[in-house]
Amino acid sequence: MFKLERRPIPSKAMVILTPVLAVVLTMIAGGILFAFLGKNPFEAIRIIFWDPIFNDVVASYTRPQLLIKAAPLITIALGLSFGYRANIWNIGAEGQFIMGGIAGGAVGLAFYPTESVLIFPLMILAGAVGGFLWAMIPAFLKIKFNANEILVSLMLVYVAINFLGAMVTGPLRSPVGMNFPVSRNFNEYPSAYNGELIANTGLHMGVLATLAVVIVSYILLKHHIFGFQVRTAGQSPRAAKFSGVNPNITIAICLGISGGLAGMAGLFEVTGPAGKLSTNFPLGYGFTAIIVAFLGRLNPIGILFAGLLMALTYIGGELAQFQLSVPAASVQVFQGMLLFFMLAVEILVNFRIRLKKKEVA
Amino acid sequence: MKLLKTLLTGAALAVGLSGAVHAAEKVKVGFIYVGPTGDFGWSYEHDQGRLAVEEAFGDNVETVFVESVPESADSERVMTQMALSGTDLIFATSFNYMDHVMNVAKKFPNVKFEHATGFKRSDNVSTYSARFYEGRTVIGHIAGNMTETNTIGYIASYPIPEVIRGINAAYIAAKKVNPDVKMKIVWVFTWFDPGKEADAATALIDQGADIIMQHTDSPAAMTIAEEKGIYAFGQASDMIQFGPNARLSSIIDNWAPYYVNRVKAVMDGTWASTDTWDGIKPGMVGIGAFSDKIPADVQASATAIKDALSAGTMHSFTGPLNKQDGSVWLKDGETADDGTLAGMNFYVEGIDGEVPQ
Repeated sequence: MFKLERRPIPSKAMVILTPVLAVVLTMIAGGILFAFLGKNPFEAIRIIFWDPIFNDVVASYTRPQLLIKAAPLITIALGLSFGYRANIWNIGAEGQFIMGGIAGGAVGLAFYPTESVLIFPLMILAGAVGGFLWAMIPAFLKIKFNANEILVSLMLVYVAINFLGAMVTGPLRSPVGMNFPVSRNFNEYPSAYNGELIANTGLHMGVLATLAVVIVSYILLKHHIFGFQVRTAGQSPRAAKFSGVNPNITIAICLGISGGLAGMAGLFEVTGPAGKLSTNFPLGYGFTAIIVAFLGRLNPIGILFAGLLMALTYIGGELAQFQLSVPAASVQVFQGMLLFFMLAVEILVNFRIRLKKKEVA
Repeated sequence: MKLLKTLLTGAALAVGLSGAVHAAEKVKVGFIYVGPTGDFGWSYEHDQGRLAVEEAFGDNVETVFVESVPESADSERVMTQMALSGTDLIFATSFNYMDHVMNVAKKFPNVKFEHATGFKRSDNVSTYSARFYEGRTVIGHIAGNMTETNTIGYIASYPIPEVIRGINAAYIAAKKVNPDVKMKIVWVFTWFDPGKEADAATALIDQGADIIMQHTDSPAAMTIAEEKGIYAFGQASDMIQFGPNARLSSIIDNWAPYYVNRVKAVMDGTWASTDTWDGIKPGMVGIGAFSDKIPADVQASATAIKDALSAGTMHSFTGPLNKQDGSVWLKDGETADDGTLAGMNFYVEGIDGEVPQ
C-alpha cells in the first residue's frame, strides 16, 4: 500500500512541519484518551495547550511560570547538545544539577547574614564550578581509562542525591528549621535570593541566563570552529583527528560545558523557585532535559521551543488534573504520546510516503 | 455510542462555555497529594477525607485535587493555580509543602490553607496532624510480644521529628514487653517509592527481622512480608488486601471528621487559623482490627493500651527514659511535652545506629 522513499536531501519544510504534525497527532490521540476517561476531550486539550497561555483567569500567572519551568530544561539541554553531537553521552546532568545547587547554595549560606551585591554572582560561579567538577569525574575516567561515560555519569546522579541528603541533614541544615532536613530559606536572605527581577514576569536571573546561553550556543555551533569540531568528532572521529581535533580535549570540553550549565541551572532553581536546599528540590530536570535536547533536534532554537513545549504540558497538565479530575497518570501518558509522535514523525524529514500501486499479476 | 455522545456534547461545551462559570455560593475545596490517590496508604486516606467532604455537603461543595505533586517549586505552582481558579480552602497534605504553602498564602489572603504535619502558621494558614505515635505504641507492644528473632524492621522515610517519634514510640513499647528486642532501621529518603520500599523490606528480612513496620506510603513492604511469610502492620490505611496473612493490625489515618469540620467552618464564616494535633481519642488515629494470629492475651493487653491512651491515663513517652547517649531524658513518671515531641531529633536508649545527621 504505502512505501517509504528516501529523500535525496532532508526536507527543510518537514523540519518545521513535523513538530506541528506531532502536536496535532497528540491532540487527537490524547483527546481519545480523555474521552475514554469520560471527560470532554476538547476541553481537556484546550486546558492543556491553550489555558496556560491565554486563559484570562490563570494565564497572567502561568505564562511567567512557563519561563520558570522551561529555563532549567533549556539550559541543561543546550549543554548536553554539544556532547550529543560529538557522541559523548552525558546522562548524569541531574547529578551535576544537584551538585551545582549544593555548591552554589553552600557558598551563599557561608556568607549569611552578610549582604553584598557580590554574593549572588559568586554563587552562580560556584554553582557552575560544582556542576563542572562533577562532570569532570566521568570525563577523567573516560580519558584515562576509557570508562563508559554513560554509566559513570548516571551512577554519579545517585551519589549526588545521597550527598545532598547528607548535606541537608548535616552541615547545611537550617539552624532555625527545628531539625528538619532543609537549608535556610533563600527568600529570607536578599543577597542570595534569585527572585523575579520585574514582578509577575517570571524573569529571574536564571531565565535571562538561559536566553544568553541560547544565543551563545547558536553562535558557537553555527559560526565557530568549535561547532565544526564537535560535529566532525561525532560524525567521523578519524577525520576529526586528522583535522587536528584532540578527542580527549573534546571529551573534557563537552562534559565540562554540560556539567557547568547544569550546575548553574541547579543554583538558579535552589535559590529561586525551590527556595531552599532539600532532598526534594531536584525534580528530574536533568533527565527531562535529555528528552528536550532530542525533541529540539540538538539545535539551540529547537531546544528553546522544545523546552517551552515541555513546560506547557507540565503546567497545562496540572490545570487539567484539578479542573477535570483526571488522574496524574493520564497526563503523563499524554506527555508520553507527545514524545512518541515527535520521534515517530521525524522519519518524514528523511523519507517521503509514496502510495504503492497494486501490481497485477 | 456513549463515546460519540461525549465527544459531541464536549465539542459544544468547549466552544460555548470556555469561561467556566461556576455558582457563586458553592465552597470550592482543593487538595494536593504527595503520592497517587491509589497508593493505598497516606494519600489514599486523604482522598477518602475529600470524598467524605463531598458526601457531607453534596451540592454545596466542589472539591478538586492534584495527585503526585513533588514537594518543591511544583507544589507552589499548583496551589497558586488552584487559588486563582477560585478555590476557597486548600489542604496541602505533606510536610515539605510548608514553605510553599506560606508563600502562596501570603499572596492570597482570602484563601484559607490547611497544612498537614507542618509547624508554620499565619492568619490564613492552619496546621493539623495526628498523634500517630500513639498508634506506634500499640503496634510496638504487639511486635515486641510476637517477634521470635527479637528483631523488628523499620522502613523510615525522612529523618524528621515525626518519623523519629514513631521509631522511638514503637521501640519503647516493644522493649517494655521484650527487653532483648532490637530495631533495625532503613532510611529510604522518600515517602512513596514502592520499589525502594520493597527493597528495604527485603534487606530488613535478610538481617533477621520477622516483623516489619513502615513510615512510607505504599503497601509494597506488606506484599513482601506476605511473600516471605512474616508479619507487618498496615500504615496510614488498613492494607489487609495486600497481606491477608502478614498483616497483624494497622494504624489508620482518619482525616474525614477534621476535613468536614474545617469545610463547615469556611461555610459558616468561623474558620480561624488553628493548630490541631489529635490522637486516638477523637478518632484521627485508628487502630485496625487485630489479626487472629495475635494471641488472645496480647490482644487484650494491646486493647488496654489503646484504651488507656485514648482515656489519657497513659502517655506513649513516660519516664524513666534515657536518650541514646545514656543521658536522662524523662525522670520516673514524667511525660514528654508536645514541644519536645514536635522537635524530636534523637533516639531513645537502646536503639542502634544514629539518626542521619
